[in-house]
Amino acid sequence: MASATQHRIKKRALKTAHFLGLFLAMSLICIPGLWVVLNSFRPTIEIMAKPPVWMPQSLSLDHYRAMFGGAGEGGIPVMTYFRNSLIISITSTVIALLVGMAGGYAFARYSFKAKGMMFVALMASRAVPGVALSLPLFIIFGRTGIIDTHFGLILVYVAMNVPFTIWLIDGFFRQVPKELAEAAEIDGCTRWQAFWKVEFPVARSGIASAGIFAFLTSWNEYALASQLTRSTTSKTMPVGLLDFTSQFTLNWGGMCALAVLMIIPALLLTFVVQKHLIAGLTFGGVKG
Amino acid sequence: MAQVQLKNVVKKYGALGVVHGVNLDIAEGEFVVLVGPSGCGKSTTLRMVAGLEDITGGDIVIGDRVVNDLPPRERNLAMVFQNYALYPHMTVRENLGFSLKIAKKSQPEIDRAVDEAANILSLTPLLDRKPGALSGGQRQRVAMGRAIVRQPEVFLFDEPLSNLDAKLRTQMRVEIKKLHQRVGSTVIYVTHDQIEAMTLADRIVIMRDGHIVQVGTPLQVFENPVNTFVATFIGSPPMNLLDGTVQAGQVVLADGTTIPLPPGLHIADGRRVQFGVRADNIMPEGHALPPTAHMAFVDMAVTLTEPLGTETLLYATLAGTEIQAKMLNPRPVSPGETMRFGVALDKCHIFDADTGLNLRG
Ligand SMILES: Nc1ncnc2c1ncn2[C@@H]1O[C@H](COP(=O)(O)OP(=O)(O)OP(=O)(O)O)[C@@H](O)[C@H]1O
Ligand SMILES: [Mg+2]
Repeated sequence: MASATQHRIKKRALKTAHFLGLFLAMSLICIPGLWVVLNSFRPTIEIMAKPPVWMPQSLSLDHYRAMFGGAGEGGIPVMTYFRNSLIISITSTVIALLVGMAGGYAFARYSFKAKGMMFVALMASRAVPGVALSLPLFIIFGRTGIIDTHFGLILVYVAMNVPFTIWLIDGFFRQVPKELAEAAEIDGCTRWQAFWKVEFPVARSGIASAGIFAFLTSWNEYALASQLTRSTTSKTMPVGLLDFTSQFTLNWGGMCALAVLMIIPALLLTFVVQKHLIAGLTFGGVKG
Repeated sequence: MAQVQLKNVVKKYGALGVVHGVNLDIAEGEFVVLVGPSGCGKSTTLRMVAGLEDITGGDIVIGDRVVNDLPPRERNLAMVFQNYALYPHMTVRENLGFSLKIAKKSQPEIDRAVDEAANILSLTPLLDRKPGALSGGQRQRVAMGRAIVRQPEVFLFDEPLSNLDAKLRTQMRVEIKKLHQRVGSTVIYVTHDQIEAMTLADRIVIMRDGHIVQVGTPLQVFENPVNTFVATFIGSPPMNLLDGTVQAGQVVLADGTTIPLPPGLHIADGRRVQFGVRADNIMPEGHALPPTAHMAFVDMAVTLTEPLGTETLLYATLAGTEIQAKMLNPRPVSPGETMRFGVALDKCHIFDADTGLNLRG
């Protein structure tokens, strides 16, 4: 009896410790984000107060109003940046996914010459830090005239994401037994139909997660974008954040408001696609 | 229904030959079982018929068409895979109806076919589940259902029962046989289980190392194996083989024991042979003996007994080789007991010691 009670207490203590640990870890991750969200609603005095004011005294939408309202009269063209970011991120993600699917499928299903070498080379290309490429890219883009264009950034982000999407998607297709496509072919599908009707849906959640990674990489990228964009024609939101710094002042509130605007689509996307991720890979079709 | 012909079919992976010139004629509606040890090329042969594997040489004919270069979808066949290969993202209903949907059949038509197949295989209560929520036996039935819905001319099975437990396997074996009687399609069935082969087949094709060793009805290959490989592969327990030398119409075993040659066999003195006898044809005296006029007797010490109910399997040693014999109407036997065994000579085989070929021809 005693041992049973002891056991239960121990179990509960463990559970509490578990939650506490999780809570601490999550706070560490979330607090900066929440701080940004909070600050976007607070007047600048309160943001800058020393010692910091933890509990907000007054909340307002002033920063947002300023951000969206000032566009015409020398303010910051937030909506343009937002549109640029969307166009560049979505296009580069779609292309990276298409290339990633084709490449990942080829690596997973076919054997060809120098396959191993090619794979290593792709991965190695990711080992080069993006910033190291910024100067050569700047020069090349400058010469070819694609600097400060959507096309230029899309090109860069596709190149950045493709090795990663290939690698991820290759892994997911490897988990799809090749008998599935064979069964589909026998059931009357062409090779192409077998892919789209069977292999793709089964690997879909994996492909979706590769898509999130690619999107977030493009959406958040700053180092290269800051070099390769210069005007509202192509500036993305991370670069736009810098517009809030002027020679002597830093508009923290405005910056936070723009940061929130940046976080929202990323969060939305993650939530939407997460269902796919959790619905997960149900590989019941073949024996385990 | 269609006949299937393999004409000198060869498969090579690079320089590595896997199937070396297989010739096989399968009649309409015939149930043919390919059997052989692991790695002998059964699956490869089947996959070449399915069109999943290119053929390196020869011709494959289905119906009256040479299908060498046709993709699987144009061969009008269905295949059941060892791991079932059910589509995990579709319900059982969608799995069953998939081929008809691809063929652009109308929805009522698909529903009718799916319901009928589900009925035959008792899948009706499972139609709305996904494969992940099915047991092994149920998945197996769905895989079969998916094949029969199409009403193909040829069914291909690649070890469809090997992932099931023994009881379920026996049950499904019967189901498959019933199914064949019902739909009457041509079936090519791959297994490495000789009992499955014996019970299901109209004709058995025994393969080894990419070659066909023997083709025949289950009884033919059981009673007249062409060599020691078939003799030990088909039948359970495997045929007993005893090394010996022919002397004056008798086989002299290592310890000097002599057994007469089977009637009608004339073999030159001094030839090294293997004397083959199945457990059913060597039985202890005083119990039911095989009915034959050509009986020879040997004395053996029993080392081990395996009572199976209506019969007992006796392990005994003859000339240094372990032999299995059957005792009908069994009585308890204690190990070490020496018994006199009758050998039904006309059911015995003599194999060449070097080539392993049956000298009865
Ligand atoms: N893609 C391949 N490349 C090279 N060799 C292969 C390939 N596929 C199969 N083989 C070889 O071909 C031989 C026959 O294979 P197969 O799968 O037909 O055997 P099997 O008779 O079906 O055996 P099992 O009973 O184990 O399924 C094997 O030795 C195998 O190693
Ligand atoms: Mg096989």
